[in-house]
Amino acid sequence: MTVDSLYPQLEPLFAQVQKPIQYVGGELNAQTKPWDDVAVHWALMYPDAYEVGLPNQGLMILYEVLNERPDALAERTYAVWPDLAALMREAGVGQFTVDTHRPVAAFDLLGVSFATELGYTNLLEALDLAGVPLHAVDRDESHPVVVAGGHAAFNPEPVSDFVDCAVLGDGEQVVGDITDVVAAWKAAGRPGGRVELLARLARVDGVYVPRFFAVSYAGDGTIAAVQRTRDDVPARVGKRTVMDLDEWPYPKQPLVPLAESVHERMSVEIFRGCTRGCRFCQAGMITRPVRERTITGIGSMVDAGLKATGYEEVGLLSLSSADHSEIGQLAKELADRYEGTNTGLSLPSTRVDAFNVTLANELSRNGRRSGLTFAPEGGSERIRRVINKTVSKEDLVRTVTTAYANGWRQVKLYFMCGLPTETDEDVLEIADLAVEVIRAGREASGSKDIRCTVSIGGFVPKPHTPFQWAAQASAETIDHRLKVLREAINADRRIGRSIGLRYHDGKPGVIEGLLSRGDRRVGRVIERVWREGGRFDGWSEHFSFERWTVAAAEELAPFGVDLDWYTTRERTETEVLPWDHLDSGLDKEWLWDDWQEALSEEEVADCRWTPCYDCGVCPTMGTEIQIGPTGRTLIPLTPVTG
Amino acid sequence: MARQPDGPPPPPTVQKLRLRYTKRGPLRFASHRDLARALERALRRAQVPMAFSAGFSPHPKVSYMGAAPTGAASEAEYFEIGLSRRCDPEQVRAALDASLPAGIDVLECVEAGEGAGSLADRIDATRWRVDLPGVDAGELTAAVAELLARDEVMVAKRTKNGTRDVDARAAVVTASVAEEAGCAILQVVVRQLTPTVRPDDVMAALAVVADLHPPLPPRAVREAQGRLDDSGNVADPLGPDRVASSCCQEEHAQV
Repeated sequence: MTVDSLYPQLEPLFAQVQKPIQYVGGELNAQTKPWDDVAVHWALMYPDAYEVGLPNQGLMILYEVLNERPDALAERTYAVWPDLAALMREAGVGQFTVDTHRPVAAFDLLGVSFATELGYTNLLEALDLAGVPLHAVDRDESHPVVVAGGHAAFNPEPVSDFVDCAVLGDGEQVVGDITDVVAAWKAAGRPGGRVELLARLARVDGVYVPRFFAVSYAGDGTIAAVQRTRDDVPARVGKRTVMDLDEWPYPKQPLVPLAESVHERMSVEIFRGCTRGCRFCQAGMITRPVRERTITGIGSMVDAGLKATGYEEVGLLSLSSADHSEIGQLAKELADRYEGTNTGLSLPSTRVDAFNVTLANELSRNGRRSGLTFAPEGGSERIRRVINKTVSKEDLVRTVTTAYANGWRQVKLYFMCGLPTETDEDVLEIADLAVEVIRAGREASGSKDIRCTVSIGGFVPKPHTPFQWAAQASAETIDHRLKVLREAINADRRIGRSIGLRYHDGKPGVIEGLLSRGDRRVGRVIERVWREGGRFDGWSEHFSFERWTVAAAEELAPFGVDLDWYTTRERTETEVLPWDHLDSGLDKEWLWDDWQEALSEEEVADCRWTPCYDCGVCPTMGTEIQIGPTGRTLIPLTPVTG
Repeated sequence: MARQPDGPPPPPTVQKLRLRYTKRGPLRFASHRDLARALERALRRAQVPMAFSAGFSPHPKVSYMGAAPTGAASEAEYFEIGLSRRCDPEQVRAALDASLPAGIDVLECVEAGEGAGSLADRIDATRWRVDLPGVDAGELTAAVAELLARDEVMVAKRTKNGTRDVDARAAVVTASVAEEAGCAILQVVVRQLTPTVRPDDVMAALAVVADLHPPLPPRAVREAQGRLDDSGNVADPLGPDRVASSCCQEEHAQV
């Protein structure tokens, strides 16, 4: 059975929409395969605009890993903007992949990567445009199996009506296992139909099939129990962990779009996981343990990637890149290798640490020093102890001053507000800090032409973190704290004009909070919002707080719960959390103890350099910390000259 | 103290190459900025020894001639690059072509002739072919005749600063109608004025004079760009460079 491209029908529509280039595919390093040459067809979706989704590393990795298999193909699809969606509905053209413009409905699997919960309405829009029934129970054998992945999939309960499976953890290996199961089931003549396929998938390590679990509720609205409905699927689903990153040097051929994207650079993941133990950070909790790529592995990925893409900049990506055991040597040797080639090297936002300035100096050895970003996250020393991201005010000011003294003109500082136990005073300390940074910076650099940008957003408690029990601050609290902070920064104009304040109001965070810690009942809210036009909720121009609050009030009322119940309510130790049957490896007792320690402002050290503190991940998952130093050096090679 | 880049200034431009490339198939939906990004990345992949501007933010020496609009295909886009080391133009063409996605095809590359003048000065008109599926060729012929009979046809053109009325007729040098496989085709030579009159504006003019409204979006292809000669033809803008370079070769041969 061959599947025709929708391109002839789409082309006249593209001529009528904004930025049509995002829909035509043909990116450098894109791959296409004949439909009939393979047994299993994957459509991979990033549920946001192309410009955001294309650079996503996760999707790019799975795209390559799957296309390397002779029995599978993978194509990409992204959220289409409302202008094209309207024309597609009018013309009766379905959601399509950008690679070959084949209809998404024809694929065996639709894998959707959720980096953020605000993409949920875009999944519903894509399913509807594709002509795939919204509810998993209404789908039959002819429809794709909808698989959710990404960090948000660690609590897929709010979208459990709409997805067939959720995959926990690293995707590289599990997509292969899923492909094997689907291929075998199809080859055997699809025995037992869709339910049998899902049951087989539920027995793949890391795959959660919500329909095989029943949730019951207690009189107070909390969950009474979550129980499996079949004996032949595991009662608890554990995450997948890829060990030895050097064996997975993906993406080998990074996609380079013609359209402009949010990251105009190539990225190399230098390690995965983080054990710094920042208590707000879901990524740092669910991706343990730390697994480093070796210096030589990184060196060859940078070389191969630059040759394959022609990018001018390489980002050395991870959750805390300066923590790589060989980062100093890596920075120096890469800077040596690419000196004089107009190739830029960068580290994403880093911890506040003088060493990071040294690193940044090395990477920008002969380039422009425009901006450097640090993420202290908490405004006061006290709140930084609560979140376990300890740095003294003195060290912070000294580090930032060093940056100015080394020629950096602009320093960005990332903060959160609405953290547990936070008061106005904690947030107001951000203003003091910024003022001191500018004063000291002007002195150290001998220039008034320096800037400090304070970027601040509301904290959203996430599943599988010590703060999963915390009360989220209300939108009013967030907005009030942002207001007093703004006033404090503007109090002294002579200094204040060198300080920029970028912030997001508290409303979207409340909805993110509902979707993050929500349970299956929240699915009705998502569906209602989508039906009323909710799309692209991560974009302020498309997000409607009122649409969400009205839908939440009306859809949740029959269950005796409401928006506040999900967000600003503190949970008790014994409450069954919607994601308790999904195992990130973290011991729930350890998480609770860490939460209690947060409240008493006690710190916990990083297990890479101190003894194990029994978070539970390594023994539960059979994994271990993989770090250097390896003692190796980068092999000299002839770089791309330009 | 503001930092200055260490080391010597970048090497100077020793050779200028002029290239013609296409925008075909689905890539007609690329904007001029998309194309510029794609070309500059391809130059890096192809390891073309580009000359760079000085400073902390060095830019490769590339200049683009007026790009076809987003949505219009082209057989005749031009750009010029400055190299820091002399290269064989044909080798650069082949390497760059191999590094670009299918649809952006580099068709020609010639060395800028000494004293042969700037490329921009050799381009003042475009020959467009506009396929109009669903439009009757007879109706189109009548509409074109009506357009040519007018002295002035004002159309509203969307610009960055709102809409602006433009005389589309003034830009039209010649216009004729053909038919291929049942599809009406408008062939039109348009003079480059400011603001630019594009195929969309010509279609808008046909709507004004003859109420012509294509049922499907027109598909425009820029077939040629260059200087308008007295007979209304568009001359090859790389012609003078070819003449200059063949002269050079003859001189070399004599030496």
